[in-house]
Amino acid sequence: MSAVIEVDGLTKSFGDVQAVNGVSFTVERGELLGFLGPNGAGKTTTINMLTGLARPDAGTISIAGIDCTRNPKAAQHLIGVVPDESNLYPELTGFGNLCFCGALYGMSRKDREERARELLALFSLAEAADRKFAGYSRGMKRKLTIAAGIIHRPEILFLDEPTTGIDVASARQLRQLVEGLHREGTTIFLTTHYIEEAERLCERIAFIVRGRIVRIESVAELMQPVQDRHAVLVSVAEPDPALAEKLAPACPDCEITAAGPAQVRVESAGPISVAPLVRFLDDLGFDVVEARKMHPSLEDVFVRITGIEADAMRKEREKPGGGKVDAA
Amino acid sequence: MKQWIAFCSILGKDTRSYYLKPPNISWGIVFPLAWTSMFFIRSGAGLEDIMSLLPGVVAVSVLFGTTSLLAVTVTFEKKGRSFERLLLAPISLELLMLAKTSGAILFGIVNAAVPIIMAAFLADLSQVQWGLAVPAIVLIAVASTFLGLFIAVSVSEVFEAQTFSNFFRFPMIFLCGLFFPIANLPVFLRPLSYALPLTYGADLLHGAFEGAMTMAPVLNFVLLGLFCLVLFGLSLHNIRRKWIV
Repeated sequence: MSAVIEVDGLTKSFGDVQAVNGVSFTVERGELLGFLGPNGAGKTTTINMLTGLARPDAGTISIAGIDCTRNPKAAQHLIGVVPDESNLYPELTGFGNLCFCGALYGMSRKDREERARELLALFSLAEAADRKFAGYSRGMKRKLTIAAGIIHRPEILFLDEPTTGIDVASARQLRQLVEGLHREGTTIFLTTHYIEEAERLCERIAFIVRGRIVRIESVAELMQPVQDRHAVLVSVAEPDPALAEKLAPACPDCEITAAGPAQVRVESAGPISVAPLVRFLDDLGFDVVEARKMHPSLEDVFVRITGIEADAMRKEREKPGGGKVDAA
Repeated sequence: MKQWIAFCSILGKDTRSYYLKPPNISWGIVFPLAWTSMFFIRSGAGLEDIMSLLPGVVAVSVLFGTTSLLAVTVTFEKKGRSFERLLLAPISLELLMLAKTSGAILFGIVNAAVPIIMAAFLADLSQVQWGLAVPAIVLIAVASTFLGLFIAVSVSEVFEAQTFSNFFRFPMIFLCGLFFPIANLPVFLRPLSYALPLTYGADLLHGAFEGAMTMAPVLNFVLLGLFCLVLFGLSLHNIRRKWIV
């Protein structure tokens, strides 16, 4: 494999805010790389710089050997972009939007009409082909936006938060479509704040926090440190901020951390017996409502490396107005 | 070839989405009609004075038709982020903006035709120098459109575009010599008149319709063309500076 995207020392600030700070990475041909991070981490700003919608303050970008730092337009025929918000034309139909997007890439009328019909069928939108985009549901809009991004069969696809804000069924279908594109050999650069999505789809993941990549490795490599670890999640009825400290004597070799107001997470390099933990807490007067063994996940790795709680990241995104802050 | 497919598609989409919409067609007819009637009634003139009113009405129709629509449509697409889709297309920014403005230029030319067609039923237009009138109308449409583009890329909200347009349009109508000769303006306002593109278009139209020009036609065309280049260049500069940040 050869690197099709090469980024070195990419930096961008908006006034006093350092949105992206010395980001460097490569994406191999046919690879699916995920950019995982919270709001304001610099994901969208990075995509904007890679696609020519923003100018870097410093650093270099090369796409398929073309220096895009100096001439961002030069590689635009090779890339497809699916922005974080659907940006098609509300007054055009689904079919009309796809044909228009095809024409922007110089496709002939026959080619773009055939391809539009093919994509509408693939994305289960054939019945809505003649309806105006303004009348589409959120999930349908997302699907059509992805279809518009690949109408010209790009070698490289940039997907910015593809499943944010849509229902479970649509998100599932979109992930399957992304997997399909990846299998067909499309190089995909995907940003997401959904850890499960990144774990499921991506071959390599970059954790980005406050404009810096703090780790970039394959999923297997990222999981390596936690693979042999054992974990138990204990929940009690009444919240107690000192719960972790109080449980510490019950398992001196364990790493005990608060997982919530009434939850602790007990981790160890060896197997953990649940019964003694429950008995210990019971003796201290706690009402243990649940104790279950956990399989270490990418979420654990993310939290361990970035120090950001995954729940907080999810809630931040889902609250009203929790949109982008990193893109101008 | 691929770039021209994109160019024609942008022009075609804008024409269908904006310029051929019934409200805009009626705007294109009603507005020139209203201006013609207004000046006709106000001047108390008879049908024999139509030729002296026609340059003003034609120019104003073009100016308002182009700036009103372009300032709004570009701002609207930028606000709705669909303009990003155009910026991501593999076509040069120059060609992209020419495609976006071509529809408005054509709309302006059609707007100019409305009062001329109406005048044809009321007056003898056989003395009109069409060789001068047609290129003048085209250049006024181009200059007005690029002024609309300059306004559109200088603001971020649609209402700002409307307000900012009027900041340019209304003073221009009264300072460009269309309805009052520049020589009759107060001395301190005259330099301002010569800083307006419509002044040179108005002079050309006066020449074409009434045979009375104050400047050489070549000079008028060159200066009007220069305004077009400067406004287009400034708009591109603003897009690169403000929209590709």
